This record gives sequence, structure tokens and C-alpha cells, in this order.
Amino acid sequence: MRIPLSWLREYVDLPAAETGRDVQARLVATGLEVETVEQLGAGLKGPLVVGKVLTIEELEGFKKPIRFCTVDVGTANGTGEPQEIVCGARNFAVGDKVVVVLPGAVLPGDFKIAARKTYGKVSHGMICSGDELGMGDDGSGGIIVLPPEYEVGTDAIALLELVDEVLDIAVTANRGDCLSMRGVAREAAIAYGLPLRDPALLDVPPPNSYGYLVGVSDPAGCDRFTARTVTGLDPDARSPIWLQRRLQKAGMRPISLAVDVTNYVMLELGQPLHAYDRSRLDGPIGVRRAQQGEKLTTLDGAQRVLDAEDLVITDNSGPIGLAGVMGGADTEIADVTRDPETGESRGTTDIVVEAAHFDAVSIARTARRHKLSSEAAKRFERGVDPNAASAAAQRTVDLLVLLAGGTAEAGVTEVVAPSGPRTISVSADHPDRVAGVEYGRETVVRRLQEVGCDVYGQDELVVTVPSWRPDLADPNDLAEEVIRLEGYENLPSTLPQPPAGRGLTERQRLRRRIGRALAGAGYVEALNYPFLSEDVFDQLGLASDDPRRTVVRLVNPLSESEPALRTTLLPGLLTALRRNDGRGDHDLALFETGLVFRPTGHEAPAVRLPVDRRPTDEEIAALNAALPAQPRRVAVVLAGAREQAGWWGKGRPATWADAVEAGRTVAREAGVELIVRQDQHAPFHPGRCAALLALVDGAEVLVGNAGELHPRVVKALGLPERTCAMEIDLDRLEPAGTGAVRAPRVSTFPVATQDVALVVDGEVAAADVESALRAGAGELLESLRLFDVFTGEQLGEGKKSLAYALRFRAADRTLTAEEATAARDAAVASARERTGAVLRGA
Amino acid sequence: MSAPNKSYDPVEVEALKPEEVERMRDEAIAAIAAAADLDALREVKAAHSGDRSPLALANREIGALPPHAKAEAGKRVGQARAAVNKAFAARQEELEAERDARVLVEEAVDVTLPHDRVLAGARHPITTLSERIEDIFVAMGYEVAEGPEVEAEWFNFDALNFPPDHPAREMQDTFFVREAGTASGAQGGSGEESGVVLRTHTSPVQIRSMIDREPPVYVICPGRTFRTDELDATHTPVFHQVELLAIDEGLTMADLKGTLDHMVQALFGEGMSTRLRPNYFPFTEPSAEMDMECYVCRGASVGDPDRPCRTCGSEGWIELGGCGMVNPRVLVACGVDPRKYSGFAFGFGIERMLMFRHSVEDMRDMIEGDVRFTRPFGMEI
Repeated sequence: MRIPLSWLREYVDLPAAETGRDVQARLVATGLEVETVEQLGAGLKGPLVVGKVLTIEELEGFKKPIRFCTVDVGTANGTGEPQEIVCGARNFAVGDKVVVVLPGAVLPGDFKIAARKTYGKVSHGMICSGDELGMGDDGSGGIIVLPPEYEVGTDAIALLELVDEVLDIAVTANRGDCLSMRGVAREAAIAYGLPLRDPALLDVPPPNSYGYLVGVSDPAGCDRFTARTVTGLDPDARSPIWLQRRLQKAGMRPISLAVDVTNYVMLELGQPLHAYDRSRLDGPIGVRRAQQGEKLTTLDGAQRVLDAEDLVITDNSGPIGLAGVMGGADTEIADVTRDPETGESRGTTDIVVEAAHFDAVSIARTARRHKLSSEAAKRFERGVDPNAASAAAQRTVDLLVLLAGGTAEAGVTEVVAPSGPRTISVSADHPDRVAGVEYGRETVVRRLQEVGCDVYGQDELVVTVPSWRPDLADPNDLAEEVIRLEGYENLPSTLPQPPAGRGLTERQRLRRRIGRALAGAGYVEALNYPFLSEDVFDQLGLASDDPRRTVVRLVNPLSESEPALRTTLLPGLLTALRRNDGRGDHDLALFETGLVFRPTGHEAPAVRLPVDRRPTDEEIAALNAALPAQPRRVAVVLAGAREQAGWWGKGRPATWADAVEAGRTVAREAGVELIVRQDQHAPFHPGRCAALLALVDGAEVLVGNAGELHPRVVKALGLPERTCAMEIDLDRLEPAGTGAVRAPRVSTFPVATQDVALVVDGEVAAADVESALRAGAGELLESLRLFDVFTGEQLGEGKKSLAYALRFRAADRTLTAEEATAARDAAVASARERTGAVLRGA
Repeated sequence: MSAPNKSYDPVEVEALKPEEVERMRDEAIAAIAAAADLDALREVKAAHSGDRSPLALANREIGALPPHAKAEAGKRVGQARAAVNKAFAARQEELEAERDARVLVEEAVDVTLPHDRVLAGARHPITTLSERIEDIFVAMGYEVAEGPEVEAEWFNFDALNFPPDHPAREMQDTFFVREAGTASGAQGGSGEESGVVLRTHTSPVQIRSMIDREPPVYVICPGRTFRTDELDATHTPVFHQVELLAIDEGLTMADLKGTLDHMVQALFGEGMSTRLRPNYFPFTEPSAEMDMECYVCRGASVGDPDRPCRTCGSEGWIELGGCGMVNPRVLVACGVDPRKYSGFAFGFGIERMLMFRHSVEDMRDMIEGDVRFTRPFGMEI
């Protein structure tokens, strides 16, 4: 809402020296968000005067038509002689009154005016357009032509009210009343402790039976409808400058007198109005719900198919307007036309004025359904004062009579669904208890009265809220009024004492540890958008029935090409990897933890539960069942060198093994020893893919995969060669944690080390050999480590040699060589039995 | 021991004469001193104190002396040999020290060589700033609560006192989830029937916290949120919030103010204050916009064109987010008795705080995952 300060002063006697910034500060402190204060006419300097065009000479030979004019500016130019001015506009004629800026003046934007030669003539100033004067677009597309009554030489800066300040207020959704001068003026009056001249306090004749006939068949949707009629309007009447200027400053474009007046009264009182051309109305006005499929062409020219919930205004012909949203084209105020023969103006002369009050929810739904936002709908949605409707109609009538020479008909139609005043019971000390401040009853009552409430009672107050504040419904609403007017800045600062806490949960601590462990291992965290194109599943080589293809889709994605939510973290991370690579960083290790979205594809719609009680556990369970599973995952991607080359020697490329190790790093933080198995799983290289498993209650659970990406995936996604990746589901991993570590017994007896090299078939997994060795070695085995893998001709085709260092130690004695050897032999025997391993050289 | 052989005929032994022993001793010491390195010293040792050295040979001659001369000669030779050995040990030590010093010099390296063998990793500053804020409140006794990102409208709007069709719902540009089973094409209809959205704030976690717990409830709710803003230098459709909720008997707006003050002091330094301005949110009543004092200029830039402050735009205050007393209607929807309990809540965006706390100029830097942006933030913030 744009509030011209000069207009605001009409309702509140603000101190004369008070600037827009001062008013802004006061209003912000009491609750209106004044975002900016615009300085109109800043830097403007005259002479800027009314002139009368005396002669026009059309200059020929230029690309566009140019006029050389002489203009009478009275004595404003010091000589009284006609002023010679070159002008490119054409919307004026000899005898018209125009606005002339003379040499020496400065227009907004530091535009200094001087006599200058142009188009072969010397132009001593300019004939001005609204744009050049910072008035905003007046829709004329040319220079300003003033009504003839203004005297030549009159100062146009004052005449056009060019210097002003405009407060731009972001009105919150609850304060429909502040979408009007009246509402903001009331706030300003309260903020300054000054009286308000309420523009809605008008003498309104009582309703009678001979006004325009109105029938409301849906009093719930329309609880008030006032109709007034004005006849004999002069179609040539134009809005006076002051009215046009107020509309412009408030951000609206002057259109025609009748429309301007309804807009003006809406801005002043907050009551949306509609003016019907009475000659185009067919019988009584009605208010009802639309029939499904009924059609209406609205003022914006769009034909709309109506819904049975839409509230419409009708006459005998059917719907003539979307109630409270937009009028229909058929009963619109006519544009003025001239009769080609007589030269007489033709246009609307008789007007029926509608000032009605509609249900906020109904209006909101209609506006949203038809994607039609209007000034009227915006106000009705946020709440309009129903008791201001009669005054608004009266004000409209008065202005039409005053400005267009019309006559008010005596008929006053008012259809009102009776409703009592709204009251709230509240303890007098409730605001004190909300704020933590002792205001006292007297202050509470005074502040509530200031905002327009009637207050009765002592300790328990009965508060009748004003009709213009539908947002005041609960005791806390009243508390807020008191606290804001007493000043939020005066609230003390105290710290509550929560009960002793238990800190982060195990799961939260785990997530932090994983982040630190991966960052410590050289991974950089990236937080990627969860939006996907489903094409990526083809690029990842997922089978057509892969569950990762079952996605959550958005109704209104930011990009039509990315309507789905991620089912895996890899696409986002790979995009980040590619972006870094493209920017010249080639040795990359990235990680992300976050939710993925795994619907079954059969989720039922979420029901709308009541809000007047806690839902039952069953209701909450049903609501949760409407949501997709949202497990938390961690993933890494790697490319380029894992270790850099340098003066110390060669670098080492990132490989599948680093990806698997990243999985172990994550699992270690969770207290889980991963079981790694050969696997084939998209998007991984079929020979370089590991399944990552964990033991949960004795059963192996797949928690993730790691490895090198399939070369086709690398190509399809434009990734660096041999890009590797790992992804683990933390919700599955976490239950595999072994809990608190049991401290190992540290034996101080000497260690006995035995190395063995075992030859196995190439496809035997090292992990199987290791577990066989462990199983056979018995409890004397302290540790075991694979230190070499060797293949070669001497081993035979398809064989490999695995070399292990076994360390044996007893808790209570020094092992003899025989004991160590026996344990080693048992380990080897176990490996032989389970994996066919043969001692190398044996 | 047998008696001295009185019949033994003492012989004059040339090598045991005092001047001769002194000469041998001096020669040996001179040779030791002259040994230039440990190898030379070893040779000198063999020559002057080994079994074939003149003093060793002389020592053997003592037996040939008459008994009364033996003691004196033995003492003389013994002292000479001791002196030689002492000189040798000293020289040995000296030369070893020289050698050690030389080796260490030879082993010197250029310790300024870089060793960037594995590039440093880092956690994202959004993660670490969020954790830092969590820690402030965890230290006070709050729990960290989390919830789903794809959320039922009831949790995201209805329970938070956003009535259906209220314009307040449109304040938060919402991503709606298509109903399961409908295709991505136009035949899916408006799709809003699913009743499911991408949460527009972490407030649904507050609702879940109140439903899951008996009061008092003190939780902090960090997490990712979504609104249909196009990505540009100051907006992102996917962002992070931290919200706080306190429900207890007798909580007041003054408690809210104190809690905010505590947080900005913990994050930005002692003496920092906050400012509340009236505002409107459906889920709080009274509601306020919260600003913090500009931690850079502390208000000194206001009205001083010579000292403009880029952080606060010379306003002296930085907008943080929204807050207020939990609307009793919200308590009712969560089964909390508003006659017994009251509460306060606030929330703000992590991205925004990161921007002004760490001079991030472009929102896109935070979401693109460029390692050059993230790496300097390290493990904590």
C-alpha cells in the first residue's frame, strides 16, 4: 500500500516538520512495515508553469514529426513574450493549456533545462509529459494537457502536487484494514497519540424500498450489499488533477472519472466498489453461487468458465461479475465516444454503485481458481470493514455528483445479513503474562480503546472488537495490540531455564562424526539440490524396474525438466563433480549427506486433519503413511588423483578401492565392520562394484554400494574417466553399530610373527581367504594383514598369491615357536579347506 | 705367591727408564692429537696402545726387573698408558662429535617443501554454522529435533494456523507434490490433492515435537526447506533454516527476547543486542520480525556517510527472521493446553546468516559445490 504523506495529513494533524522518514519510524515501531519512503519531486526546481499554446508550426524534413510552438507563459519568463519551444509530442492543439518548464529549471533526475538549438530552431524550455515530471504513467502517451480553467503562469509544481513523500507499506495478510488510507491513518493517529478524522464518518440516508432491486440468495457468501444510483453524469467530465494525482501517487492509473472515483474511494476507505452502467443492466441485481460451467467474460477480456463455488453477481441475463474479484465486460462503464454527426459525447450517464461485503475464503478460492488477482480480491481476502460499505457508497455518490454533475437518486438499497458485534473475553492481566511486563489494567484498557475496542469489566474484560479488525479474534490478538503499542523495544530480556538436556542423539552425533571423518580423509562436502530429471536414470543405466525409478514428482517444479525428487544422492554429487572439473579442478573428492525420497508409488493422499484438537495416533500414522520413505544417506564421488604427484614421487589415481575405503570410513564411525562382497549394480562397472553389507541381529543387511562407475555412465554423464562413487544408507547402517567399545586386553608378552603366501584361484575373494584364516588361527591370532597380492606365470593360469602377515600372542605367556607355527598351520588348513588355498612354494 | 728370586740377576732395562717411558708416552699423545679422523685415530691406537705398541712392550719388560724396581717401573708405565688412553678417549669423542655434526649437516633438507599429497577436505559451512547454532542451544538444555522434508500439508500449514485459502499460505511459495500414481504430464491435474508439499519451513518439526513429547518442550529444529524462488545472487529455492521452540509454563515474550539476545551474543560477541518489530505470522501471536545489531559497525555507520557499512547497508541493524509467542491455536492442534502452557518460537535462514557473517556475496557459491568455496571453511565455523 502506497501512502502519500500529503494525503495522510488530511486525516491526522501530524506535526508540520515531521518527515516521511519520521513517520516511517513511528509506524514501523507500532507494527506497519514501511519498506521505503519515496521522495517525489526530489531535486525539482522551477520555473515550471501553466502555459497556453498560441501557435504550432509543423517542421518538415525530420524522421519524426516535430512542432515549433509559441506558448503564452504569462510573466513567468520575465518578458511576458510568447515562449518559443520545440516539441515532439502531438496530443495537443492551439489553445490547450500545457505545462511548460523554462530555462534554469531542473527536472527530476538532475535534468537541467537550458535554451538549446534543436531541429534548426532554438527551444527555450520544454512542454512536459507526466513522465518527465516524475508523475508516473498517465496513460496518455504524450504531454500533459490541463483542463482549461487554470491561469497561464500558475506554478505547476504546486498545482500538480509534484513534491511529496510516499510511504510504501508491506501490509501483512491479517491487516486488510491497512490497505486503505483510513486504516493507515488510524495507525498513525495511535502512534502519534493524535485524534483521527475518520473519513467513514459520513451522513448516510437510511435504506428504503425504492433503490435498485437487489436479491442476495447466499447471505453466507455476501452478508451486505449496498446499491446506490447516480444519474445524469456528464460523459465528458474528467477527474480533477488532485484526484488523478492521488491515484498516481498511490500507484494506480487514472482511467475515467467513474472508475477513478471508485478506485479513489477504495483507496480511502478500503471498500472495493463496482460501478455498473445502469442502461446495460437487465433487471434486478442478484448474488448467488455460479452454476457449474456457466460462462462470464470479465473486464480483462478473458472468458471464464465458472465453478459451482464461485460467488457471482447476476442480472436477468446471467452472471455479470465475479463477486468481489472482477466485474463483467457486459455491464462495464462505457468508454466515451463521439457521435460522428452531431459531435455529441456518448457514454455512461447513469451508474449503479455496488458496495458489498463478501466472505473472505470464498473470494480467495475464486481468485486462486481463476488465477485472477485484483485490488478488490486482495482486500476481501484480508478482511474489509463491513460497516464501511454504506459510507463508501455514499462517498462514491458524493464524488460523482460533485465531479460529474450527476444527481443522486433517493433510493438506498441495503441487504444486510444480521450479525452481532464480536466480543472476546480476556483477563486484564493477560497481556502482562504474554509479555512478561506489568502493564496494569489501566494501560491495557486504554490501548485496546485506542485501536477501536469497547472494553468492559474489571479483572475479566469483555472486549468488543471494531468491525474493521476481523483479525482480532483471540486473547493473544488483544495482547499483541497492547504490547506493540507499548513498544516491543521496551520488552525486557530474560532467559528461561529449560530442564537439563541430554545433548545430541547418537544418530546426530554419528552424522557429525561421518562428516568430520570424510572431510579428514580429504572429501569436500557439497549440498546439492534434490531435483532430478528422470532421464538421469537412463544415463545411470538403471533397469526399467529399478526401484530408484519410482520417484516423488512435483506439481510445480522450478524447471519442467527436473520434476522429480532424488532417489539417490549420486546424480547431484556427480553434477557437482562435473562442474568442478569443468572449472579446472580435476582431482576431486566430494561427499554429501542428505535425505533421498523413496515412495512406493502407492501412497494415499494425505488427509486434512482437524486443528481443534490433537490428532489421534492413528490419524497421525495415516498422515505419515501418505509420505514417501525418506532415508538419510551419505555418498562420495571421486575423480582424478587421490594422491598428488610431487617432489616425493608419483601421484596415485582415485580408484574403486578408495570408494570402498570411504564406505569403511563411514562404517567405522558407526561402529560397524563392513562386509564387502563382489556385486553388479548400476551405475557401477560390473567388475569393479562392491556390495557393502553389515550385520544386524546376526543377519547381513545391504547398506550400500561402492566402486568405479560403468564406462557408459561416465560417458553419458560427461564425467572424468574412471570416476568412482560410494553411497550408504545411514538409516540401515546405524542399527548395525556395536555400541560401546569393549576395551581390548593388552598383552605385554612378545609377539610371534608368521608370514604366509597363499595361492588361490583368481576369482576367490580376498575377504573369504581372510575370514578362513581368522577362523582357523584361533584365539592366539592378534592381527592379520594382507601385505601383497601377486599374479604371475609361475603361479599358473588364473591364479593369484595373497601374502599375509599373522601376528600371534598369548595373554599369559611367551609363545613357543611350535605354538605359533601350529596356529599358523591351522589357519592355512582352514583357508585350504574353505577356499582351496595352497601355501606358495609348498 | 713365591718369594722374590733373590738369585735373579737384575738387568738394566733400557725401555723402562723414566725418560724412555716419558718419550713413548709423549710420542703416543702427539700421534693421537695428530690423528685427523676416526680412521687415523684407530691406526694411532693400534700403534701406541695396542699389544705391539712400545708401551705394551715395555710393560712386558717389568718382570725382568729386580723386585725393588718393579713397583716403581710398573707405576711409571701404568701412568703413561693411562695418559695415552685418556688422550685417546678424548680425541675419539672429539672426532666423533665432528663426524656427527658433519653427517647432520649433510642430512639437512628444505623444510619449506610443500607436502600437499592428499588435498584437504572440508565440511560445508551451512552444515557447520547450523551445528554451531545447535550447540549453543544444546548447551542450554535444548534437544535437536528433525523431521521429513516431504511433508503433509497438515503439518506444514494447517496445524500452524494457516487456514485453508488464507492469503498467508501464499506468503510461502510452495512446491506441491503430485499425487502418487499420476504421471508427470498435464493429465495429472492440479496435483494439489496429494496434500503433500516440500516443507516451506522447519516449523512442521515443531508440530511433530509437540505431538511427540509432553511439555515442557525445548527443541531446536535445523533443516532444509523449499520455496519456489528462482536461484539468483540472493535467493535459492532450497535453503536451510534453524527454528527454535520453547513450550513451558509461564514463558513470556521477554524470555523470547532474552533467548535471542543470548544467541546473537554467542554467535557474534558480547554486548550484541536484538530488536523486535511487530509483524504477522499465523503460527505466532504476538509476532515479530527480529533484527540483530550490526556486528561490524555496531550502529556507528548510521547517518555517517563517511563510514558506510556494507554488512548492514548503514542501517545499524541486520534482519534475522521471524519470531513470536506460539499461537494458542497451534498449541490446541498439538494437544498442548494453552491455559497451562505458553511458548515462543523463532526461525531464520542459515544461508542469509552465512552471507553476512562470512561476507558471501553470491548465494550460488553456497549451492554449486565448488571446492574452492568450501575448502577454506574446514571442519568447524
